[in-house]
Amino acid sequence: MTRKSGGARVRGGAPLPLLVPALIGLAFLLVPLLALLVRAPWTSMPELLTSPEVWQALRLSLICATAATAVSMVIGVPLAWLLARVDFPGRGLVRALVTLPLVLPPVVGGVALLMALGRNGVVGQWLDSWFGITLPFTTSGVVLAEAFVAMPFLVISVEGTLRAADPRYEEAATTLGASRFTAFRRVTLPLIAPGIAAGAVLAWARALGEFGATITFAGNFPGRTQTMPLAVYLALQSDPEAAIALSLVLLAVSIAVLAGLRDRWMTAS
Amino acid sequence: MTGTGAEGLDARLVVERGSFRLDVSLTAAPGDVVALLGPNGAGKTTALRALAGLAPLSDGHLRLDGGELDRTPPESRPVGVVFQDYLLFPHLTALDNVAFGPRCHGAGKAEARAVAADWLDRMGLAEHRGAKPRRLSGGQAQRVALARALATRPRLLLLDEPLAALDARTRLDVRAQLRRHLADFEAVAVLVTHDPLDAMVLADHLVVVEDGRVVQEGTPAHIARHPRTDYIAHLVGLNLYRGRAEGHTVRLDDGTAIVTTEELTGPAFVAFPPGAVTLHRDRPTGSSARNLWRCEVAGLETHGDQIRADLTGELPLAADLTTVAAAELDLRPGATVWATVKAAQTHAYRD
Repeated sequence: MTRKSGGARVRGGAPLPLLVPALIGLAFLLVPLLALLVRAPWTSMPELLTSPEVWQALRLSLICATAATAVSMVIGVPLAWLLARVDFPGRGLVRALVTLPLVLPPVVGGVALLMALGRNGVVGQWLDSWFGITLPFTTSGVVLAEAFVAMPFLVISVEGTLRAADPRYEEAATTLGASRFTAFRRVTLPLIAPGIAAGAVLAWARALGEFGATITFAGNFPGRTQTMPLAVYLALQSDPEAAIALSLVLLAVSIAVLAGLRDRWMTAS
Repeated sequence: MTGTGAEGLDARLVVERGSFRLDVSLTAAPGDVVALLGPNGAGKTTALRALAGLAPLSDGHLRLDGGELDRTPPESRPVGVVFQDYLLFPHLTALDNVAFGPRCHGAGKAEARAVAADWLDRMGLAEHRGAKPRRLSGGQAQRVALARALATRPRLLLLDEPLAALDARTRLDVRAQLRRHLADFEAVAVLVTHDPLDAMVLADHLVVVEDGRVVQEGTPAHIARHPRTDYIAHLVGLNLYRGRAEGHTVRLDDGTAIVTTEELTGPAFVAFPPGAVTLHRDRPTGSSARNLWRCEVAGLETHGDQIRADLTGELPLAADLTTVAAAELDLRPGATVWATVKAAQTHAYRD
């Protein structure tokens, strides 16, 4: 990509056994996206995107992804701080468990959430009988499912930033009379704000695209739990044009996220 | 030192970390400036961190103005710290950096800023109030760090290598300014440095720490005249030997004798500056010098217009001579030379 890496370039062109699979690989990634653009029903697009069903799904998706990101920040940043700054036994194991949702099939996450927070779940039965709170198959359930899958992205990003930040700033703050929490709030938090922002964007993008855990834990009820990815999947069976239109919206959002993070990733490498 | 009363600092700092053990006693009265001087890794910074509460004491005690501080968390200690690389908060302006302490001590925003502005004015930084730390020069950052530490009105001011991060030119100015500010400071100041010049200019009491222990303490003048370890002797530029005195002769463990003008008995040190050594190509005849040793040149080093010869042989010593003299003697590593030192140029004192 960058001109500066020209020194590493192979002179006289790449050998064919490498060039051919490389181009196939590139095509494999790009052709489906191009196909989406080619087959897009451009003429009926405005109409499709303003239909109440699409608008409803889009609105729900944005609200739930934002709420899930907010939840992730409120509990994820302190968790990242704990992992980065407090030395406790089994810290390595806890970190591994935190990152598990990154590799876990989202459907499994959804099933696990049902077992925990379902009406008869380990925790859910108490929520139901004591507080009358039911989470599965509700909009709150969507937020929880998305947060479950997306929060590790935020935690990993923030923890990395915290590790790179000099802990002696916190020490300096305590010698000036700041409690550990004040030091965190007034010194550490502003210092790691870029890392939190990057983590939040990643988590938000992941939450927006979340499908498996959401449909398993929250179901697929239009207006209540049917987010964009669910709507796309459903529309593909009844109204393929609408599915393409919705997919394009999600593609546009992804490209926007990538553009927003590009500077950070370029400088991080 | 008069720090035994209720006022001031009275501490014995014991910190154990793995195989390293720091055990240092410090006393100081309000107004005193104490320098912890020692080589890297001696435990000076650990001692400072223990005073600040950033490293827990394994044993010992820490009393400041009569109050026990051992178990007080760092945020509740009346202690101000100037860190080696200052650690100014990069997201805050100079003014808000200095106002941070007063804010944490309960002052309102406007009040804290007024206090901070006053401190910055005193440091001659009035026009840099709004500057972020990265826009400040090394010397300015050092003064902001000092103002930030002083703004909480600490009863103990700690400075970790306060001049180490500065270039040679800035250092001179900042050292002079820091000396004035420390002279104005009414409570106890403890500074850590590996630079003997900083220690001697800034402090009125030196505590020399090696390997986690205090090896010598006293006024700068006393320590410069009476070094007790090779490290200090090297710092102040003296040859130093330890032996037993019998009258005017101090005999070292290997039998080598050094004649002095002082008359002592028992364990003693002898010191003389490298400039007191005269070198000869051949065994001198008719020299009035009472001390004569056969040596071998181990190394040569240029110090300004002088050459410092590192000698081994009957007595390991450092000798200073001019470039001309070195050329005439044809000095080179491995050459044999005779070294003479007049008894009057040596200085013997009790161990």
